[in-house]
Amino acid sequence: MTALLEIRGLKAEIDDRQILNGLDLTVNKGEIHAIMGPNGAGKSTLSYVLSGKPGYEITAGEVFLNGEDLLAMDPDERAAKGLFLAFQYPLEIPGVATLTFLRTALNAQRKKRGEEELSSPDVLKRVRELAKQLSIDPDMLKRPLNVGFSGGEKKRNETLQMALLEPKLCVLDETDSGLDIDALRIVADGVNRLRAADRGMIVITHYQRLLDYIVPDVVHVLAAGRIVKTGGKELALELEATGYAQYQSEAA
Amino acid sequence: MAAVQETIEQVRGIDVDQYRYGFETLIDSEKAPKGLSEETVKFISQKKNEPDWMLQWRLEAYRRWLTMQEPTWARVDYPRIDFQDLYYYAAPKPKKTVSSLDEIDPEILKTYEKLGIPLREVAMLEGVEPKPGEEDPARRKIAVDAVFDSVSVATTFKAELKKAGVIFMPISEAIREHPELVQKYLGSVVPTSDNFYATLNSAVFSDGSFVYVPPGVRCPMELSTYFRINERNTGQFERTLIIADKGSYVSYLEGCTAPQRDENQLHAAVVELVALDDAEIKYSTVQNWYPGNSEGKGGIYNFVTKRGDCRGANSKISWTQVETGSAITWKYPSCILRGDNSRGEFYSIAISNGFQQVDSGTKMIHLGKNTSSRIISKGIAAGKSQNTYRGLVTAHRKATGARNFTACDSLLIGDKCGAHTVPYIEAKNSSATFEHEATTSKISEDVLFYCIQRGLSQEEAVGLVVNGFVKDVLQQLPMEFAVEAQKLISISLEGSVG
Repeated sequence: MTALLEIRGLKAEIDDRQILNGLDLTVNKGEIHAIMGPNGAGKSTLSYVLSGKPGYEITAGEVFLNGEDLLAMDPDERAAKGLFLAFQYPLEIPGVATLTFLRTALNAQRKKRGEEELSSPDVLKRVRELAKQLSIDPDMLKRPLNVGFSGGEKKRNETLQMALLEPKLCVLDETDSGLDIDALRIVADGVNRLRAADRGMIVITHYQRLLDYIVPDVVHVLAAGRIVKTGGKELALELEATGYAQYQSEAA
Repeated sequence: MAAVQETIEQVRGIDVDQYRYGFETLIDSEKAPKGLSEETVKFISQKKNEPDWMLQWRLEAYRRWLTMQEPTWARVDYPRIDFQDLYYYAAPKPKKTVSSLDEIDPEILKTYEKLGIPLREVAMLEGVEPKPGEEDPARRKIAVDAVFDSVSVATTFKAELKKAGVIFMPISEAIREHPELVQKYLGSVVPTSDNFYATLNSAVFSDGSFVYVPPGVRCPMELSTYFRINERNTGQFERTLIIADKGSYVSYLEGCTAPQRDENQLHAAVVELVALDDAEIKYSTVQNWYPGNSEGKGGIYNFVTKRGDCRGANSKISWTQVETGSAITWKYPSCILRGDNSRGEFYSIAISNGFQQVDSGTKMIHLGKNTSSRIISKGIAAGKSQNTYRGLVTAHRKATGARNFTACDSLLIGDKCGAHTVPYIEAKNSSATFEHEATTSKISEDVLFYCIQRGLSQEEAVGLVVNGFVKDVLQQLPMEFAVEAQKLISISLEGSVG
């Protein structure tokens, strides 16, 4: 069976600084992988390199999404192929209603996949249902995207986008940052609803807390740009107790 | 609505073709000699069968023009225009015709497609010529449709306007048929001595529109679709005069989102609006003239004088403009707030890309008591373009209680363009309240990446962000036009990033 995501020996740098240093990772369909690690280990870089953010230079390695060469694709093509990045800091777009953004994104992806675009009423119907599950006030859909949203609203909105776009691989970058416990629970419930046999997830986090709600199948420790340890969900608890210090010295 | 417009465009296309047949042999005798002189002015006046007062008016303007200097204060740069090297009157130029859509530049076809203009309409706009005697059923159908509809559509419009008492005709006809109105109002807002280009226009204007809305009448339709039929090839010196009598209302739409190509490089139009007591005029423009090629060669010079006079108490004039074309835009639609409690509004989107230069803004001149004005200007500069907002807000010493709110926002795309804001504010009355807000921002790479990660292409992302930026102004456009304008904005920014 082809892995959903296969990363082999990935090296990447930005501004001549090497961040990823021979990273290997395999995510199969239906699995949730947590990636934990100290600041500066390359967690966010991994999410940006996978999604194709400009500015990063790949110096070695290969990445396959469902067997296709991910690094050869443009960023929008990667999105259409089912790669979704939930941003740590979602961006604001003044003047563009959230609903408009959702519709534009969904139809842009559908068009790229050769599917028929959905009408505005159809999109609205789907968005409303999903918004309800995430306790999103319908009024928020009319507000400009992320403008004046609280931290919790922004993350719920990311989850809403993820639910609407139905990606194959979700990369959640520090989704727990800036969330109080109630908001965390709502977002985690939303993410858990998206667990599916044909979908994989990478949950990037500093803290074990999030993993109480989104329970991973595999936990990796990322340090100095490489996966230095892999284990089950109990590894997260262990890290909570011991910290990352040992891995930092190991990697160095 | 779209279907009606489609038909109208078809009618227009066919008419142009008919014109072409009629004119081919006449063209030489229809052209004034090159250069500008009293003879040229007389020639034009004669061609239009104008009464003597009109000729004298033109001549006075011409003599005044001789004493004037071309203004240089705008932040635009272009080679000196040789005014003796231009033709000031020529019979409407037939479009270059081609025999099939295959001969049209695929880039242009793509633009039409993105605007959502049906191919049949494209064929008309681009002057695709139905071959005489050709048995192409598709072509024949166009002709049949258009002929049938042309009669009905035009007649319906005319009948409806006539019933309401609205006068709407080419200004050359109005000069002959309604001389009392034209004499009373022509030049009363933009005098013949106003500025270099306006004075030039007064001397040599070719044609334009005339609108008179009688007291208490709400014009039953947007004067836009009809305009598209009437207003073909008015040429480079267009003259428009709109009068809204007491308590009346009219909304007028000028322009077209379809790409406008024209052989004339210099355009110097004048638009005058007069609103009497309790009257309201809403004037919307979408300008998409040829902006020049990717190296900055060619393109239209657009030197326009547009001014509205809120002559009566409680009158209102609102300008909305979407400027995306022309190599050079020099344009300041203004309001004279003469009547007490009158109100002026200016909503503008000015987009420059490539090597375009835009110097545009408005003047709000507060003369009456308790007058108010509002300016919302959105400038977007991309490529190697320069985009300047230039505005004047002034309160006369008797203008007690004058209020103005101005917001000028500039958005930069890329790092080779420039945005400039030059606001002049003068309050000669201490009770005036003037507010001015200005922002300049750069389109953020992070925001673009966020959109692209959601599946939008680079261009779709720029289009979305820019449409958000200009939303306040787009909302001021008549509904069916706002959608087209939105697409146009995305198109005009293509190739602006990366």
